[in-house]
Amino acid sequence: MINRKENMASGIDWITVVVYVVLVLIGWINIYAAVYNEEHKNIFDFSQRYGSQMILIAAAFIIATVIILVDLKVFTVSAYLLYGACILLLMLVLVVGQKVNGARSWFRIGSFGLQPAEFAKVATALALAKFMGSENIKFNNSSTFVIIGIIIGLPMLLILLQPDAGSLLVYLSFSIVLFREGLPGAFLLFGFMLGVLFITSLLLSKLLIVSIIVGAGFVAFAFFTGRYRETGLGFLLFSGLSLLLWAISAIGHLGLDYYYIIAASFVVSGIAFLVVSFFRKIRFLASFVLFLLGAILFTFSVDYVFHHALEEHQRTRMNILLGLESDPLGMGYNVNQSMIAIGSGGVLGKGFLQGTQTKYNFVPEQSTDFIFCTVGEEWGFVGTSVVIGLFLFLLLRIVAMAERQRSVFSRVYAYSVASIFFFHVAINVGMTIGLLPVIGIPLPFFSYGGSSLWSFTVLLFILLKLDSSRLELFR
Amino acid sequence: MNPYASRRYIISAIFIATVLIYLLRLAYIQIIDLSYKYSAENNSRRYVTQYPARGVIYDRNGKMIAYNEAAYDIMVTPIQLKPFDTTEFCNLLNITPKYVRDNIRLARKYSIYRSSVFLKQISAETYAVFEEKMYKYPGFFVQTRTLRKYQKKIAAHVLGYVGEADDNVIKKEPYYKMGDYIGISGIEKSYETELRGKKGVNILLVDVHNRVKGSFQNGRFDTTAVAGADLTTSLDASLQEYGEYLMQNMSGSIVAIEPSTGEILAMVSMPTYDPALLIGRSRAANYAALQRDPLKPLFFRPVMAKYPPGSTFKLLNTLIGLKEGVLSTETRYSCAGGFHFGNRVLKCHNHPSPLNLTAAIAISCNAYFCNVFRSIVENREFGSSEAGYQQWYDYVKAFGFGRKLNSDVPNELNGYVPTVKYYDKFHGAHHWNAYSIISLSIGQGELGITPIQMANMAATIANRGYYYTPHVVKKIRGRTNIDPRFKEKHTTPFDSTLYSIVVEGMYQAVNGAGTAGIGRLADIPICGKTGTAQNPHGEDHSIFIAFAPRNNPKIALAVYVENGGFGATWAVPIGSLMIEKYLKGSISRPALQDRMLTFKRKI
Repeated sequence: MINRKENMASGIDWITVVVYVVLVLIGWINIYAAVYNEEHKNIFDFSQRYGSQMILIAAAFIIATVIILVDLKVFTVSAYLLYGACILLLMLVLVVGQKVNGARSWFRIGSFGLQPAEFAKVATALALAKFMGSENIKFNNSSTFVIIGIIIGLPMLLILLQPDAGSLLVYLSFSIVLFREGLPGAFLLFGFMLGVLFITSLLLSKLLIVSIIVGAGFVAFAFFTGRYRETGLGFLLFSGLSLLLWAISAIGHLGLDYYYIIAASFVVSGIAFLVVSFFRKIRFLASFVLFLLGAILFTFSVDYVFHHALEEHQRTRMNILLGLESDPLGMGYNVNQSMIAIGSGGVLGKGFLQGTQTKYNFVPEQSTDFIFCTVGEEWGFVGTSVVIGLFLFLLLRIVAMAERQRSVFSRVYAYSVASIFFFHVAINVGMTIGLLPVIGIPLPFFSYGGSSLWSFTVLLFILLKLDSSRLELFR
Repeated sequence: MNPYASRRYIISAIFIATVLIYLLRLAYIQIIDLSYKYSAENNSRRYVTQYPARGVIYDRNGKMIAYNEAAYDIMVTPIQLKPFDTTEFCNLLNITPKYVRDNIRLARKYSIYRSSVFLKQISAETYAVFEEKMYKYPGFFVQTRTLRKYQKKIAAHVLGYVGEADDNVIKKEPYYKMGDYIGISGIEKSYETELRGKKGVNILLVDVHNRVKGSFQNGRFDTTAVAGADLTTSLDASLQEYGEYLMQNMSGSIVAIEPSTGEILAMVSMPTYDPALLIGRSRAANYAALQRDPLKPLFFRPVMAKYPPGSTFKLLNTLIGLKEGVLSTETRYSCAGGFHFGNRVLKCHNHPSPLNLTAAIAISCNAYFCNVFRSIVENREFGSSEAGYQQWYDYVKAFGFGRKLNSDVPNELNGYVPTVKYYDKFHGAHHWNAYSIISLSIGQGELGITPIQMANMAATIANRGYYYTPHVVKKIRGRTNIDPRFKEKHTTPFDSTLYSIVVEGMYQAVNGAGTAGIGRLADIPICGKTGTAQNPHGEDHSIFIAFAPRNNPKIALAVYVENGGFGATWAVPIGSLMIEKYLKGSISRPALQDRMLTFKRKI
């Protein structure tokens, strides 16, 4: 036994453990500062959040130790079992969960709360790793897509029903894992472009977007294929149709919007292009035209989605972020106060416990989602750089760790960990500094609360366990 | 080797790029853009102004005239409000539910997080009751201010009043903030910087609900309020009060000056008002009522009313005539019921004739002074009436007429002495001479002289030729000197020997067979001159200027009773009683005093 423990200790990546402990302790100190109470100065006072966070941290350390001590098979063999259990919990929470801020995402047992979505991330990562490690996955097999889609999509669907936009978004982080495992970059690029299109279609007029799509399409086709003659003919067809429709609209006093005319002409001429591509066997033209048509369709549907599918508060948050709505005492109040808190920190910060914006509740949720404000206000640019730097160090360390795994299971899992951390940090910090909309997700190891601290600990320490046994796995 | 292994670099690059973008953004908001720091300060600091007590105002004998009383403003912070029993609240503060609604709405409009004034200046009694119940009304708190309080209802115009600084003032002078008090008239205005003291500030840290969390950096940046400097005025409170008592049924003014210093002993402007009316919550309503009063109680007559000086002006014409050599003590002019020129006559009352200079002053012969004035203006030495008049004009100006004396009482007016140009315009150049403007000889015509200028003339004659600019403030606590302009001796172009002649005439006017005999006092030699000024507003103004005692005068004064008729009827007794009151402290002629109270205004 002694021998085995020594082995275990030597196999563990202690640098990561140290970074983890440092981040957790910095987080604890900042929670103390954020909700500091003159009457309860003791950081160990259990009646305060910093006191209870200490218990949660102690528990997290115990959990970490247990994970290192238990048999690896618990996670590798029973990955699907854990996944299934989490899916059941996600279903259960929809029925018996407690509604907090409009979302039914919490189990509450006495004073103790548990958020299954946090743990579902770990289970999903394990299940994904199990599936992708089980056979030689190729991304040209449609059944692969379907199974991966189910593994990631099922918890997303259940979280959407809660609904909890923040946790939902985090599942998109698995696309980074898939990219590493060979998912064509076009998918990511396509996804990225969809995002850009989504935002621009909210910001710019439809006429401008449709014109840009069509115009850029013609130019790009001519440029990449060198078929200038065909492009010219196609453009003639398109502009002829546009003129015709415009004339009909003008004469018939139909008052059609210009973007409708352009879109309709492009759809009609697009059909003609598809016919041409079929007969002249220009496969590229077909997919290109379909891509452009899809983009136009997307632009129109974004409008619909934005105004019909999104919740009112999500719409407002999006509008604030895009600068379409200024409302410093309403929804924008949070971001505004958060930026004031961070911005007022300056280079060196106001000093420990000297923050006024966070301590006096100007910043909302200052111990959970907006804990980064305390770092910014009290420790300044130096503090924020150090914290972000530590996170970046952790991420790169995990990537390095992932690449030294021999098994696909471990690599996929490691990338899942990196991606989940990345999304959490990027969305959380991005929100506090006004770069992203206000989406309530915790900052790993910093935000007050057991579920997030424990799930991030579990996530990281399963990786450390896998890493420590990398020589035993699939040798 | 995994074919996609190189993708780790793309993924790492995404991580690094994101972190770099975030660091740039953080550098911008934390280091470059300073606006967040200001916002943070505005957010979390509450600047509580410590209002200093205004300087106390004393009279020349150290009697308190104006002092301070604590007043309490009820402040409201809208975000802290909880539903409360409006009926009880309204009863406590004696306000209507509508007032509560309106003012909470106003406060909300200003800011829901910051406090603003809800109800101004509640009394100490109301405050005591309210303070006990305040716990029932979260969101309300009380801020202490000081308000003026007056020992006696005197000298309202001289003291002036204090009110809230308006937008114009706030824009011009950054010292003043919304709700600060500032002297608006009287010496409250002219000595504002001395009286106001220095505001202090306590910087408190507040949370998002505006709850006080402690003082900012343990009060390191707090400043304490410095009380305003006390003023000792030259007013004699009992003399001032007596003047207001005597003239209680009259309109007009009394200005009494100590000739040797220029200190103003009393400055009565009638009708007056209780200075306490213009403080506190009812100020606006009271001010409006005073403004509507047809007797114009707000009008500060001693420095703002321009009257023709009447016969008192004969004294100055005497000095000019003597100086120009066109008149001597032995000059005699006969008077046949007035001064005849062309087919017109400027009437005079019935008296022996002809008279010498002293008697002419004492009896106030109009014809005599018409002759004097004519001989000044038509003096051959000057060649023309215009040149002669210009000479006369220069003397009058040198005496302190037609311009502000620049005392420390605000709102002084210039008065008016017509220029050569004026007459050129009025009559046409070279189409006028001494006869056209003969009424100037007896202080009528276009002349406009304020009572303070008239009193200053009395003081100048009392001094036999010089004066100090009249002023009401004698001493400012914490300062060694008052403004040097009040220590500067102003001389006139006439020798003291010439003044002695005038003084003799004035002595005779009171103590000989003169027009002011009613003012005679057995033990105090009073010198004086009556005036009766015709005016377009009805009956003649009754005027008296005087000083006493004849040698080493202690008091010089000018009395105006609007529409009082002959100078001797009202102005002389008042002047005489004032002199007696000041020099002896008591009154030996109660019947004369009581007669003053029987005056009936003729408007």
